[in-house]
Amino acid sequence: MALLEIENLVVEFETAGGMFRAVDGVSMSVDRREVLAIVGESGSGKSVSMLAVMGLLPWTAKVFADRMMFDGVDLLKISPQDRRKLVGKDMSMIFQEPMASLNPCFTVGFQIEEVLQVHMGMDRAQRRARAIELLTLVGISDPAERLISFPHQLSGGQCQRVMIAIAIACNPKLLIADEPTTALDVTIQKQILDLLVGLQEKYGMGLIMITHNMGVVAETADRVIVQYKGRKMEEADVLSLFENPKSNYTRALLSALPDNATGDRLPTIDNFLIEADSSAINLPMMEPPL
Amino acid sequence: MTAKVLEARNIVRDYYVGGGLFSSPRTVHAVKGVSFSVDKGKTLAIVGESGCGKSTLARIVTLIDPATAGELFIDGNKIDIARDRLMPEMRRKVQIVFQNPYGSLNPRQKIGDVLGEPLKINTDVPADERRERAMAMLKKVGLQPEHYHRYPHMFSGGQRQRIAIARALMLNPSLLVLDEPVSALDLSVQAQVLNLLADLQDEFQLTYVFISHDLSVVRYIADDVMVMYYGEAVEYGSRDEVFSNPQHSYTRTLFAATPRADVESIRARLARKNAA
Repeated sequence: MALLEIENLVVEFETAGGMFRAVDGVSMSVDRREVLAIVGESGSGKSVSMLAVMGLLPWTAKVFADRMMFDGVDLLKISPQDRRKLVGKDMSMIFQEPMASLNPCFTVGFQIEEVLQVHMGMDRAQRRARAIELLTLVGISDPAERLISFPHQLSGGQCQRVMIAIAIACNPKLLIADEPTTALDVTIQKQILDLLVGLQEKYGMGLIMITHNMGVVAETADRVIVQYKGRKMEEADVLSLFENPKSNYTRALLSALPDNATGDRLPTIDNFLIEADSSAINLPMMEPPL
Repeated sequence: MTAKVLEARNIVRDYYVGGGLFSSPRTVHAVKGVSFSVDKGKTLAIVGESGCGKSTLARIVTLIDPATAGELFIDGNKIDIARDRLMPEMRRKVQIVFQNPYGSLNPRQKIGDVLGEPLKINTDVPADERRERAMAMLKKVGLQPEHYHRYPHMFSGGQRQRIAIARALMLNPSLLVLDEPVSALDLSVQAQVLNLLADLQDEFQLTYVFISHDLSVVRYIADDVMVMYYGEAVEYGSRDEVFSNPQHSYTRTLFAATPRADVESIRARLARKNAA
C-alpha cells in the first residue's frame, strides 16, 4: 500500500466571480522511500493540492476527492482533532518562503521545541537536547547559541534549515517541500537539496518536492508529475520524462530551458493549449495566501 | 563599431555603518576594486551569490549611488556623480530594470503614466508626444495599446516585467542594467522575457549589464561574464572562456552547484543511487 494515495482531487475556491477550480481531478500516489516531484507554473495548483492534503486551506476552499488516504487514515473523514495530531507529526510540510513562514516574535529554539512539546510530549531538557540535535542535523553551526536567535538574525538559507528542522522534528513519514529553494542562491540551493535527499534516504521518508525548476527535478526526483492549470499533464519516472516527454506541455516546458536553447531564440509555451488558456483566463486568486 | 559604452576602472564602494548605543562604527567594503568594460551591442553578465556586491555595482553603474573610489566612463565621458550633479543627459544614457516586477511599479500609477514619467522628468517632450511614444513602446514590448489605462495589479508577473523594460527604454538609453530581471518569473515566462530582451538588443543596438545568479540564463544571453565573490571580481572573460575553463575555485563551486537537467546527469545520479 502506498503511503499517500489521492484519487481525483478537486479543489475549488469561492470567489466574487463564482467558483474557481484550482485543482481539477488530480490523482497521485507516493510510496515510502520515494521522491515525487510536482512541476508546474504558478497557478497550476501544485501548492493547493498539497495544502488540501495537509488540511491547511482556508474555509473558502471546497475539497472533493474520490479517495485520499494517508498511511491507512482516510483524510476525507478525519476529525479536526485527529488531523491536528497527524499534521506536523507523520506528515509535515516545508513552506516556500522561510523568512515569512517563521514567526518573527519567537526564537527559533522556541519554534522547534513547540512541535516537540505538542506532538512528542517531551519535557524541557529533552526538547532542548532534541532541538540542538536537529539543528546539528540540518547543518547549522553553533546550534546551542542559535536556539536563542530570532529569525531576522539568520540568513535566508539558515531560516530554510530551521524550517526543515521543524518539519523533520517528529521523524515524519511524509515530507512535503513546497519550493524549498526558490528564494535561495544556487550554492545554498545545492546544500539544501543535498540535505533533503540525504535525510529522506536516511530516515526512509516519502518526499514530495513541489517546484518549477526543472534542474531541481532532475537532481532529486524518482518520479515526476507535470501539472498545468490544475490538471495533470503527465506522470513518468524522471529519466523517461526528460528523455521522452509524452505530453506537448512537458515538451514545451523542457524546450524553454535556457540549457536546451538551440540558436538565438528560446521556444515559449505560447502556442501550447490555447483552449486551456482561454478557459481559465482572468480568474482571480490562483493561490491563497499562506 | 567596437565603441566602449561602459568602462569601469577600479570601482570601490564602502558603506559606513554608524555605531549605535552598543556598537562601534565600522566600514563594509561592498565592492573592492572592480574593472570591466562593455562594447556597444554586447552583454556583460555579472554573476555571484547574494551579498557579493553585484547589486551595489549595478547601482553605481546606473548612477544611483556614487562610487567611493575609481573611475566610471559612459560613452567615453568620465562621470562622477559625487562631484558633479547628475544631469538629465546622463540619466538618459543609463536605465535599469529591477528584480521584482511586483515591487518596482507604483500600484497607484497607470501604465501610461509609468511610461511617460521618465520623459516628463528628464526631457521637455510635450504631453501628447509622450503619450504617442508610450503607446509605441507598449507595442514594442509585446503589450497592447489598451493596456495604457490599466494599473499594475491587473498584469501578470511577465507582463509587469515587460512594463518595467518598456519604462527603462522610454529614454532611448544606450546602456541597460538588468538586475536579475527573470529570477522572479516562471520558466515559460522567463523564456519570453529573454527573447524580448534579445530582440530589443538587436533592434536598438542596446548594451546590457545583466546581473544574475542563474548560470543557465547567463550562458544563454551573455557575451562576457564576470564572476564576483565578496566584492571582488574573481573571474572575468568571454562566455566561452569562463564556461569551458573556469580558473577560480569559486567559479567551479558555482558550476558544480547549478542543477543540471540533461539526460546523462540524471542517468549518472540514478546509477549512483542504485549503487548505494
